[in-house]
Amino acid sequence: MKKIEVIVRPFKIDDVKEAIADLGLKGMTVTEVKGFGRQGGHKEVYRGAEYQVDFIAKTKIEIVVEAERVPEVLEAVRNSALTGKVGDGKIFVTPVEEVVRIRTGETGTEAI
Amino acid sequence: MNAADTSFILICAALVMFMTPGLALFYAGMARSKNVLGTIMQSFVMLGLVSIIWAVIGYTLAFGDDIGGIIGGMNFFALDGVGMDTLNSPADNLPHLLFMVFQGMFAVITPALITGAFAERMKFKSLLIFSSLWIIVVYAPMCHWVWGGGWMGERGALDFAGGAVVHMSSGAAALAACLVIGKRKGYGKQSFIPHNLPMTLLGAGILWFGWFGFNAGSALAANGVAVNAFVTTHLAAAAGLLGWLLVEGLHGGKPTTLGAASGAVAGLVAITPAAGFVTPMAAILIGFGGGIICYGGILLKAKFKYDDSLDVVGIHGLGGTWGALATGLFASVGAEGLFYGNPEQLWIQLESVICTWGYCFVVSWVLLKVIDATCGLRVTEEEEVVGLDVAEHSEAGYQL
Repeated sequence: MKKIEVIVRPFKIDDVKEAIADLGLKGMTVTEVKGFGRQGGHKEVYRGAEYQVDFIAKTKIEIVVEAERVPEVLEAVRNSALTGKVGDGKIFVTPVEEVVRIRTGETGTEAI
Repeated sequence: MNAADTSFILICAALVMFMTPGLALFYAGMARSKNVLGTIMQSFVMLGLVSIIWAVIGYTLAFGDDIGGIIGGMNFFALDGVGMDTLNSPADNLPHLLFMVFQGMFAVITPALITGAFAERMKFKSLLIFSSLWIIVVYAPMCHWVWGGGWMGERGALDFAGGAVVHMSSGAAALAACLVIGKRKGYGKQSFIPHNLPMTLLGAGILWFGWFGFNAGSALAANGVAVNAFVTTHLAAAAGLLGWLLVEGLHGGKPTTLGAASGAVAGLVAITPAAGFVTPMAAILIGFGGGIICYGGILLKAKFKYDDSLDVVGIHGLGGTWGALATGLFASVGAEGLFYGNPEQLWIQLESVICTWGYCFVVSWVLLKVIDATCGLRVTEEEEVVGLDVAEHSEAGYQL
């Protein structure tokens, strides 16, 4: 099992959600986050004083899938989140040791 | 007594009262979220503190029998002889008690204006001591000089609704306060970004609304002068808003909502001394100039490296100064300024500007130094980092 963590532009979240749902995947966790990469921050001006705001609002999606499904998920997510401009985000894939469904006690791929 | 005038000034007094909570919101929106209540409190408490001081001793020092042009006597101490009829009232069409409370609302907002200079770092207890003493030794004498039969008014200085008494005095005290109390921790290194600009815009709207009572009410009668002051006030605020946005757009690239709010207040400050003495078209020039000059004023603190948290010096100090001088230029209603053949008036206005700044700055500076040495002006470094809401009031503005 793998966890796919995706950082995307907030306005792309619906597109990404639909792309993932089209693959038949059942769940995801979404968090509003802040951070910066190559896009850098932006400038805000208050009464003539400029402030550099380093952290930009992004949305983080976490989904756990069977390992063999990772390539198709990556492709779907990348296509749906792409604008081609700096700041489109990143996808991280990490191994997951165990998953437990709290209601039933099922574990492993059954619990995804 | 005149029933129409009485009812009008009662309403105006209520309008001016509403400016202080409006100012509290205007300021608090510009503060950081951990200081929202502390900042509101610094204005709101004046409704309690100054109202009482004014009734007991401030009013008599301002409007009691003149002593050498400097201060009022104690004949109205604790409102002695200040009654519901016109007996002894400085405005012979109004009940004396009404005149007292209308003036009291001006006294309430003036020390509240100063708090913008030291927002986010002043001890609450020391604020109360400073404001109490400031009303007695700075505001009341200034008020006497200009409106209470004192030397400045006798010299012919024009100040319709408080350019010197309210705005320059608070601006000069604010400059003294920034210098004595020092910069906020992290100033110049961290971003001090306003936490709630919609709150600031609402506050600015309330100030604009209340200012009609402030300026039109200063006619002290429901008459044509009041109508003129109402219109000049509105047009100056409108022009101030546009003037600020224009210069901000040219200088900074984008017009901002904080700029719109600041420009409107700058226009209101600038027209205050002139409101009853100029025509509506002159008011547009004064307001527009106010917006542009005060935009320059807020850039001064970066140049001279003092931390005037919410720009009291730049907006009230400079705006009031411009308004006082502009009165000497544009006065044409009931008085003549330079452009109407009376250069002497501009000279008198300049004299009043210099004396107001000099007196208010020096006495405020001494007061602050004495309080700093005895009670301390500033919260501890840790309290400043935690924020005044929790450190000084054991409350938090937001539970998010």
